[in-house]
Amino acid sequence: PNALVFLEHRNGVLDSSSLSALTAATQLGGQVTGLILSGPESSATAIENASKLKGLNKLIHSTADTYKSPVVEAVTPLLKQVLSDSTYTHVVSATSSFAKSLLPRVAALLDAPQISDITSVEHDASSNATTFTRPIYAGNAIATVKASSSIPIKFFTVRSTSFAAALSADVAEASLETLEPVSAGDVPTEHLKTSLTKSDRPELGTASRIVSGGRPLKDAKTFEDTLYPLADVLGAAVGASRAAVDAGYADNSLQVGQTGKVVAPELYMAFGISGAIQHLAGMKDSKLIVAVNKDPEAPIFQIADVGLVGDLYQVIPELTEKLKASK
Amino acid sequence: MRPTSARFLNILVPVKRAVDYAVKIRVNSQQTGVDLNVKHSMNPFDEIAVEEAVRIRERIKDEVKSIRAVTIGPSKSLDTLRTALAMGADSAIHVEVPESAPAPEPLGVAKTIRALVEKNKEIDLIILGKQAIDDDAGQTGQMLAGLLGWSQATFASKVDVDTKNNVVTVLREIDGGSEEIKCKLPLVITTDLRLNEPRYASLPNIMKAKKKPVEKLKPEDLGVDLTPMLETIKVAEPPKRVGGGKVESVEELVGKLKDAGFTAV
Repeated sequence: PNALVFLEHRNGVLDSSSLSALTAATQLGGQVTGLILSGPESSATAIENASKLKGLNKLIHSTADTYKSPVVEAVTPLLKQVLSDSTYTHVVSATSSFAKSLLPRVAALLDAPQISDITSVEHDASSNATTFTRPIYAGNAIATVKASSSIPIKFFTVRSTSFAAALSADVAEASLETLEPVSAGDVPTEHLKTSLTKSDRPELGTASRIVSGGRPLKDAKTFEDTLYPLADVLGAAVGASRAAVDAGYADNSLQVGQTGKVVAPELYMAFGISGAIQHLAGMKDSKLIVAVNKDPEAPIFQIADVGLVGDLYQVIPELTEKLKASK
Repeated sequence: MRPTSARFLNILVPVKRAVDYAVKIRVNSQQTGVDLNVKHSMNPFDEIAVEEAVRIRERIKDEVKSIRAVTIGPSKSLDTLRTALAMGADSAIHVEVPESAPAPEPLGVAKTIRALVEKNKEIDLIILGKQAIDDDAGQTGQMLAGLLGWSQATFASKVDVDTKNNVVTVLREIDGGSEEIKCKLPLVITTDLRLNEPRYASLPNIMKAKKKPVEKLKPEDLGVDLTPMLETIKVAEPPKRVGGGKVESVEELVGKLKDAGFTAV
């Protein structure tokens, strides 16, 4: 196998979900090439960081102003060209919002299907077939899917919680190749602006501890005033249920669930979250689940390791104080 | 050269019949799939897509010339089309596949819709859900945009159509925040959760929907082959999580956290 991994970064710092995608690619058991795109400002850092990644045999990089905040229409021709002139057998990426938008577009142009959000991968070199597992129905069933040798290039996106992040070496190990940007002609889509939610807390997708809140948190201010002190004491990221996001208490980037972020931290604490299947889909692989809810019948208690029936407005302040005191 | 007049939009909304979001999923005993003998409804993201098409018409009125829904599925999928018609679509297309046929893959669906667009050349805006809640693949819109060579706006949370300039400004939900892009028509949009809240069809509209036209086609009529390219070897239950542990007080909870190595940082 000869895999191409699409590596994403922010200002040259690789996304940890891309590092998980790289790990999945190495499990195919063959050559692994990384592809990294960047604007001129961050290309040196991006290349330096990426070329040190363990498991990467080769790194292809391309720099252009249009790759700084790219639209998929501008990147598609480049990826198509890389794949047309080569012997790649697999195209791998994180299940990130950009790669989710890009990979299916490119796959369709090469008449290839895609396997989304895989949780395991196994390649059989003798039959040139790759077998994947992936959650379906919000994780209520696990499908085992085989892409046989009749599919020459196998596209898949990787669920980052199922693969450890690839490590970095001290010095560059991968060989480097520079690729001229490929003109996409008259691109029909223009990037206007990106607004990222600023936070000093750990990032939700990679945090080892998460404190999450639901609808009983009333409004945005109460959500913050109640959850943030506890999150700070624990050094935790903050998450939210769909109900809390829909009601405007929390930013959409904090949503945990089938259609939001899928997380699997060491500790997941759910406050005032009843446990709809769509929410459980996003957090049930967490190591220790703590649930606090007024309703003793809330479904979240069925999967929680530690449940406490109670009013979160009493529990959270007391918990925060007791944790501080027992430090 | 003639000045370009304001564009009249013809909107296509692909919808999927899926197991209802509230149904508890059960894997069948042969481990070949899940029990489908349960309540089905329109994929929730597609409902948002239909709603958005109708709201665009409510905003720009006559500049929307038509809203057409399409589904690919067995005869029962007609119910899903009727729902779309009751919500406000004008007409529908049912690409019917046999009950026994395997579920088409996103690429097959995208090729089918491309064939429809090539047949109905006036279509210039396609709105569909960002994913279906059954296979959770999230590919069809992007594949379709690629095959058509159109602009794409995935995970839309706000859509602003400007028919004077033939552009659509879309706010998208991305990792860690949001992004705004400007797309030239023709365009494929995939809907995210917070784009709108779909309406319930009123009884009079449900009655009216029964009289709206539904064109029936077969995949062969469109020259597409929906045979899956991937092989599903097995569908299994996920590992069961054993929960149900309870504590009676915050004191006890702190103890449990401490035992597991979680203390203040």
